[in-house]
Amino acid sequence: MKIMNCPLNGPRNISEFVHGGEVSQMPDPNSCSDMEWADYVFYSDNAIGIVTEWWLHAPSGYWFIAERHTASDEIIRTFDASEIFNQRYEFPIKAEEAVV
Amino acid sequence: MPFSLLKYGLNKDYPFEKNADLPVPSELKSSYDVVIIGGGGHGVATAYYLAKYHGITNVAILEKGYLGGGNTARNTAVIRSNYLTSEGVKFYSESVKLFKELSNEFDFNIMYSERGQLTLAHTDATVRSFRQRTEVNKHFGGRTELIGPAEIKELVPTLNMNPAHMPVLAGLWHMDGATARHDAVAWGYAKGATQRGVELHQLTEVTDVIVENGKVTGVKTNRGTIQCGCAVQAVAGHSSLVAAKAGFRMPITTYPLQAMVTQPVKPFLDQMVSSSALHCYVQQTGRGEIVFGGGSDPYPLYNTRSTLDLKEGLLAHAIEMFPFMANLRLMRQWTGITDMTSDYSPIMGLSPVDNYYLDAGWGTWGFKATPICGKTMAELVASGGKVPELIKPFAMDRFNVFRQVNEMGATAASH
Ligand SMILES: Cc1cc2nc3c(=O)[nH]c(=O)nc-3n(C[C@H](O)[C@H](O)[C@H](O)COP(=O)(O)OP(=O)(O)OC[C@H]3O[C@@H](n4cnc5c(N)ncnc54)[C@H](O)[C@@H]3O)c2cc1C
Repeated sequence: MKIMNCPLNGPRNISEFVHGGEVSQMPDPNSCSDMEWADYVFYSDNAIGIVTEWWLHAPSGYWFIAERHTASDEIIRTFDASEIFNQRYEFPIKAEEAVV
Repeated sequence: MPFSLLKYGLNKDYPFEKNADLPVPSELKSSYDVVIIGGGGHGVATAYYLAKYHGITNVAILEKGYLGGGNTARNTAVIRSNYLTSEGVKFYSESVKLFKELSNEFDFNIMYSERGQLTLAHTDATVRSFRQRTEVNKHFGGRTELIGPAEIKELVPTLNMNPAHMPVLAGLWHMDGATARHDAVAWGYAKGATQRGVELHQLTEVTDVIVENGKVTGVKTNRGTIQCGCAVQAVAGHSSLVAAKAGFRMPITTYPLQAMVTQPVKPFLDQMVSSSALHCYVQQTGRGEIVFGGGSDPYPLYNTRSTLDLKEGLLAHAIEMFPFMANLRLMRQWTGITDMTSDYSPIMGLSPVDNYYLDAGWGTWGFKATPICGKTMAELVASGGKVPELIKPFAMDRFNVFRQVNEMGATAASH
């Protein structure tokens, strides 16, 4: 079985992990167009090469980021998401939409 | 006779050259009306119908490997129309109709064999969804029934009715379910297209797409640059890569899909049997081998390697369904790379580039659609971009307006 190195749990069988898609920049949901939002949600580069992507270690519920080559399947590096995302994102809720 | 053999061998009109089924054009012309990128079933079918119904023959099919060597050669050849959405069922039913006539039309046997497909339900929720699929399928003229355990047992006596402790509650019995020889489908279309003047260029890879003022004007290949009036992209697993050359992204992710086959045994299984909960389907070929297939690999990859994990998982389920198969030996395993969409429906029609048409997102379910794809893509090309009704729901921009066609009757969702 292929082994992936989880930044939290160390080397584990790949079957314990779930792929979560390419890491990409989220547009501002309040100001972006539908097209920009659709592009963020559905479209991807799906390229051959080293890709930065989200992974989940399912048994511990821990999301992290991996750099992996999409042709050789070599896992170059795995790291905690805080390396890229170091700020909490608050989805601004418009007053009239807030449910009390 | 050694002498006549010598004479035959030295003959200038070597009979194979003269009567070749597939003429091999030596040079690329500098320009074509239509360039088709990808010589799989879909590409050659498009060329065939362009030549046959629309009289458009100044067409080049550019294939980086060999004819039908991609997913066309790798699929498990299941043909069916018992999908869930009306858009899907309408479309696939047309394809099944065309398939039935193909051997006659080609005057070449594609070994179409209508054996019926049985999908097993192990939960009440699946039984409910099968009821819906039965009705949708009947509504569009398909032959599908929901059958109970007694009928299933009679139909497939070798089946374990309690696989993996999940009793079989009901079955979706699709009498139109069939298989065909996938290579023969590609060959038949290619033969018919080239006889009408279409050029098939193998070992010709499109390395770049030339777009001027938002419109495709040509393609670069490893054998030189050619101009074109319009282009059709039908490259399956490579869809995102070729689209990137034309300058746009697609809502596609490429996953490997693996399948395998055992040594041949005596005929025992006429139907194709699949289980929605075990993610496994089993069928016996005309040669007696047993073919197993299942869901896609768990994460995206551009690699046709095979994995032990998949073999173990899939075979464990297959043996639950047919316990005696534990004694058989695997003979071959292979992989294709498939272009998956998030709603399990294809992407067909226009693209952000003018005169550049898409036939993609065929994932794990596109062999059965080969004829109807060819026919509708040819209509699209011949009309200069008027999208045929049948494929309108599959436009790529359905994602931009959040109007997906949620096809949960797809293989990867169940099979
Ligand atoms: C294991 C497996 C089992 C399957 N089982 C079934 C099934 O039972 N039923 C079903 O309906 N479907 C099934 N499918 C799906 C089906 O095989 C595909 O959807 C279908 O074959 C797609 O046909 P195509 O002509 O679009 O693609 P392909 O046959 O893959 O043709 C695309 C061609 O494009 C060429 N190409 C790529 N890039 C370039 C380039 N830059 N320049 C030139 N040429 C290029 C490739 O070499 C390839 O030959 C299965 C697939 C796999 C892998």
